[in-house]
Amino acid sequence: MHGNIGTQAKAGETGKAKGRGQPPRVGDDPLFRRILLAFVLFFVAIVVVAPLVIIGFEAFSRGAGYFARSIAEPDTRHAIFLTAMTALIAVPVNTIFGVAAAWSITKFDFRGKRLLTVLIELPFSVSPIVAGVAYLFVYGLQGLFGPALQSAEMKILFALPGIVLASMFVTAPFVARELIPLMQAQGRDLEEAATSLGASGWRTFFSVTLPNIKWALLYGVVLCNSRVMGEFGAVSVVSGNIRGQTNTLPLHIELLYHDYNAVGAFAAASILALLAIVTLVAKVVLERQGAGRVRRPATLAGNDAVYPEVKT
Amino acid sequence: MKRRVLPGLPLALGVTLVYAGVIVVLPLAALIFKAASLGPEDYWRIVSSERAFASYRVTVLCALAATVFNLVFGLALAWVLVRYRFPGRRLIDALVDLPFALPTAVAGIALTTLFATNGWFGAPLSAIGIKVAYTPLGIIVAMSFTSLPFIVRTVQPVLEELDPALEEAGQTLGASDLSVFRRVILPLLAPALLAGISLSFARSLGEFGAVIFIAGNKPFETEITALLTFIRLEEYDYPASAAIASVMLITAFVMLAATNLMQARALRYTARG
Repeated sequence: MHGNIGTQAKAGETGKAKGRGQPPRVGDDPLFRRILLAFVLFFVAIVVVAPLVIIGFEAFSRGAGYFARSIAEPDTRHAIFLTAMTALIAVPVNTIFGVAAAWSITKFDFRGKRLLTVLIELPFSVSPIVAGVAYLFVYGLQGLFGPALQSAEMKILFALPGIVLASMFVTAPFVARELIPLMQAQGRDLEEAATSLGASGWRTFFSVTLPNIKWALLYGVVLCNSRVMGEFGAVSVVSGNIRGQTNTLPLHIELLYHDYNAVGAFAAASILALLAIVTLVAKVVLERQGAGRVRRPATLAGNDAVYPEVKT
Repeated sequence: MKRRVLPGLPLALGVTLVYAGVIVVLPLAALIFKAASLGPEDYWRIVSSERAFASYRVTVLCALAATVFNLVFGLALAWVLVRYRFPGRRLIDALVDLPFALPTAVAGIALTTLFATNGWFGAPLSAIGIKVAYTPLGIIVAMSFTSLPFIVRTVQPVLEELDPALEEAGQTLGASDLSVFRRVILPLLAPALLAGISLSFARSLGEFGAVIFIAGNKPFETEITALLTFIRLEEYDYPASAAIASVMLITAFVMLAATNLMQARALRYTARG
């Protein structure tokens, strides 16, 4: 996202600098440059690249056959299935929420808008463990609805619904925070023109708004999905960690790891690492389409009226 | 402008409020309610217990150390990505987001394996007497990893739009590179840096997944607050769990308020440019 803008600007500057024989910019001293670059590359290798490499290394440390057998274990397969199910429910619901929230916040003026923006952003600041504990006090036996749920024989905690709810909590801001700054910047004129020409609300949304926000929407969905599939803390509290039943893939990795089955744990982890790489690639591709490019603050709350213009 | 031309407010706002209410507000309210129902004396006894206090100390100190590391490394990384051209720059730019994309449990076991005494980095480090895994140093490594992108991504855009004329002015007036950096560039980056720092610190305070694998989790020494909350839960000590979780929640609110203040300042600053 920043890369594209930076490249153009930089190319112009260096060209200019060379052409007029101006002094180099601060930090362009060759020796300093080399040292700083070496420092950064060293730590990137240690902090970012090495963790990724070791996952693959450990996963295949006993050969491809062992790797395949680890993945094919019934409990691991079930964990993959459960993680996929969770994402299949949580991501679409979250997407609908994100679009609805962005539509209400950017296309209308109402009191309490700022508070609503803060609320949507809130899960971003709350520790996943706190989120999990909070859910326990709603649906757990000692929680608000616990006794009622038990007499109705409805199982929310230690089952799929609890896992989905906790995942929806931690990812609540993901789609909305991509859409709100973009739709804010795009304004309301197009939609107002469409409806004044007689288009219905749905038609306006699908043929006017959606084409303008599709990449940002997809961007939010990709990030949301990545987080849902990888969520550990919150899900760990509400799932009950029942092997082969309520273990999502990240929880199953912990279980295998503590069982001293490091290769199995890394084999399962390699699936999630692959997902992370796919997410990063998708992110770069979507950023080339302009998604994520609206200069937005890292949290939206507190400044809902001041989004600087879209960068193209 | 009070006229409402566009349709769909009742439906969109309805969906938004129901979701925000059920998914976000209800659980947090239930947690606060539970913690409040303890009564001030019990509440204070739990949250000020020696073990809880030790966990705050470990968490805050490690988060601070991780943030300081990220401040130096993140600023250098952002600088290199924006100012220098070198092969692999795009790849590294994309990899910066890996800590957000990689599930924390996966990061946790990967870092633990790397920094265990028989690991790729742990073995040479322990040969010179530095133990990382299962010590506070390990917690710092895990926290640094998970919060790395914050400072890079807040500083990068500001650095990109820095007007070269400002630096040139300093240089033509005879200032050294270091003093231009210190007196011209750093003040311009300060709001973004502060915002990045507060985000990074807040994230480190709440981190769980990546930390618990590498921490060793010894009470009073390497036990973070998030883990203590979890342990109290596993002991079926729900009031204690609620109380400690509420401390984390209140801290998160304070950090959120601080971040927003800094963000507002940063925006005022950059919006002028």
